[in-house]
Amino acid sequence: MAMEEAREAVGDYKEGWHDPEHSTIRFDSGLSEEVVRKISKIKNEPEWMTEVRVKAYHHFVNRPMPGFGDREALEGIDFDKVCYYLRSSDATEKDWGDVPEDIRNTFDRLGIPEAEQKWLSGVTAQYESEAVYHSIREDLESQGVIFLDMDSGLREHPELVKKYFCSVVPYQDNKFSALNTAVWSGGSFIYVPKGVSVEMPVQAYFRINAKNMGQFERTLIVADEGSSIHYVEGCTAPTYSTDSLHSAVVELIAHEGAHIRYSTIQNWSANVYNLVTKRGIAHKDATIEWIDGNIGSKLTMKYPAVILKGEGSHAEVISVAYAGKGQHQDAGAKIHHLASNTTSKILSKSISKDGGRGSYRGMVTVSPKAENCKLNVVCDALILDDGSQTDTYPTMEVANPSARCEHEASVSKVSDDQVFYLMSRGHSEEEALAMIVNGFFEPFTRELPMEYAVELNKLMALEMEGSIG
Amino acid sequence: MSDKTPVLSIEGLHVGIDGNPILHGIDLKIKPGEIHAIMGRNGSGKTTAASTIMGHPDYEVESGSIELNGADLLELEAWERARKGVFLSFQYPQSVPGLQVGHFLRKSVAAICGDEAAKGAPFRNALKSAMEEVSIPRSFLSRYVNDGFSGGEKKRFEILQLMLLKPKLAILDETDSGLDIDGIRVVSRGINAAIRGSDSGALIITHYSRILEHVKPDYVHVLIKGKIVKSGGPELALELEERGYEWLESGTTEDD
Ligand SMILES: Nc1ncnc2c1ncn2[C@@H]1O[C@H](COP(=O)(O)OP(=O)(O)OP(=O)(O)O)[C@@H](O)[C@H]1O
Ligand SMILES: [Mg+2]
Repeated sequence: MAMEEAREAVGDYKEGWHDPEHSTIRFDSGLSEEVVRKISKIKNEPEWMTEVRVKAYHHFVNRPMPGFGDREALEGIDFDKVCYYLRSSDATEKDWGDVPEDIRNTFDRLGIPEAEQKWLSGVTAQYESEAVYHSIREDLESQGVIFLDMDSGLREHPELVKKYFCSVVPYQDNKFSALNTAVWSGGSFIYVPKGVSVEMPVQAYFRINAKNMGQFERTLIVADEGSSIHYVEGCTAPTYSTDSLHSAVVELIAHEGAHIRYSTIQNWSANVYNLVTKRGIAHKDATIEWIDGNIGSKLTMKYPAVILKGEGSHAEVISVAYAGKGQHQDAGAKIHHLASNTTSKILSKSISKDGGRGSYRGMVTVSPKAENCKLNVVCDALILDDGSQTDTYPTMEVANPSARCEHEASVSKVSDDQVFYLMSRGHSEEEALAMIVNGFFEPFTRELPMEYAVELNKLMALEMEGSIG
Repeated sequence: MSDKTPVLSIEGLHVGIDGNPILHGIDLKIKPGEIHAIMGRNGSGKTTAASTIMGHPDYEVESGSIELNGADLLELEAWERARKGVFLSFQYPQSVPGLQVGHFLRKSVAAICGDEAAKGAPFRNALKSAMEEVSIPRSFLSRYVNDGFSGGEKKRFEILQLMLLKPKLAILDETDSGLDIDGIRVVSRGINAAIRGSDSGALIITHYSRILEHVKPDYVHVLIKGKIVKSGGPELALELEERGYEWLESGTTEDD
């Protein structure tokens, strides 16, 4: 019976395996000020960071749960059962050969070292709370590009981190940004100097392995004037019958004329709560793009945001969400036009299937002083069967009449005739559905590096398998 | 009928949809190399027959049999029938936004004709010449399947697929409707080339005798209210064009 349940829970999720847990440090579950101070102490952090953590902790305790999203699911989170810090390896290695063998095997299986060799500028691999591997191409290092795990970033560049940490996402922003600020560990710290373009993407990969784990990585990317970078992150976790919590905070700062593209393919197992705050600030003529793919997880609440602070800056949020059995994807975007001649584009695509629920929650604002802004919002939902659900909550607050706003929304159902048409060309029902779904996601996948697009299509094909009644 | 196994053999076919009977006992045999035409009023059951042969799950076969080269089709799903060699050119081809034509064609050829046929130069050459034949520009390869295609382009695209997939049995459901004069010529050339002298067969559903002038079917069948009430040679098409269907309608009950 238990076995069957487990299989049921795993379904077709192919990254649901786990390694035996091994830890050099594992905190007892539960959260207190003491736990927060202990994390900071282990990491030998400067005083100011400890203080920020403690303040954030108290804010977290007093802050109520968000009043939107899936309140019922949120109430299901048992913060006392979560393990807030788990270190499995004593060091962050520069050579895969030095990473403990079973952890290395995990990343091998996920294809990370292979991808690194082929098409990445740098990689950081995080396992539970800490980065276990980290490397960057030498030529980038010699151009002054900093790409570190966040803990090393704080140690080696305390003044830079202090300047930007919490500057885009204050810990008071929401309950989960407070939680992350209190207990953060790992994540990436990136600084791209003036005028430097990092041609190939850098990648971070986040793996949760242990049960009841809480992963709270913290990422900070600063692109100085005229620079550019593409950051890619992937995440997976084993399937357990108990829940895990992933609550990250990502802050992006794009200085004048800089370009940051941040791509995520999140593929959490169905027992992970994924509650993430992502926000970037774009200065004059800068561009920030969030390319956000949400597959899996139990509940995702994620609304990548851009503050268009400088004149002529541009924001783009392209996201897809796939809500399968027992899953709720509450995703969307937020864009604030604070300056004139700023432009933004939101494209959101969601699919719900097997009773899953996909929600689009979007907010675009134009401040009174921002002249001649252009906004474009498109959200499309595709429903694959009758029990599944989709809803949209678009909000536009435009306080300057010169703004040009476009908004389109569509909800469609896969029709039997469409499936039949493809089947008449020799494709099984599953293949036909996968073709329709991949087609629906195409405007998203074409924004991804090819390797990721292929991976995403494979994932979607897997999701379609064995699902036909 | 005795010398060669028919490509398509339908006997006593009764079909309903949502509990409504539509086809009331159809018998039809198409032998290798033959082209048959079905004509009949709107709503007489032509698309029902075509969809049932292809295996649309909504059409319930109440009784009767459908065989392809002597093998039962009714147990097979649409995609399996396609792989056995049944092809349907749809009256209303469906669009699939985001699915690129080139990718779709390659996948379909791989599914039906095998991986080898979908690879390298042989595939590229077959694709190139078929596209030239039906006058579909190369730029269509990166467009999405039937998405925003004009009526005639959709029909040409169906024929392009017919040419690439080389079916044993080609069913064309009003492929000529919406095609311009050149299009009808192209389609006719395609069908003649694919069927005449081969061991394949074709069933052409149409309202107009024009396409039949080019294709010269071996038989023309008239479908009225779910029954074939008359069969004849190509001259029957012209007669129908002249006289309409009314003269045949009175006889529907006795004819069976
Ligand atoms: N779901 C349904 N429920 C009831 N009747 C249906 C259903 N689907 C089709 N029909 C009916 O079945 C009959 C046959 O339809 P069919 O599409 O086969 O006609 P057709 O001969 O192809 O007509 P046309 O020349 O207009 O294409 C029509 O009367 C149609 O309304
Ligand atoms: Mg019809």
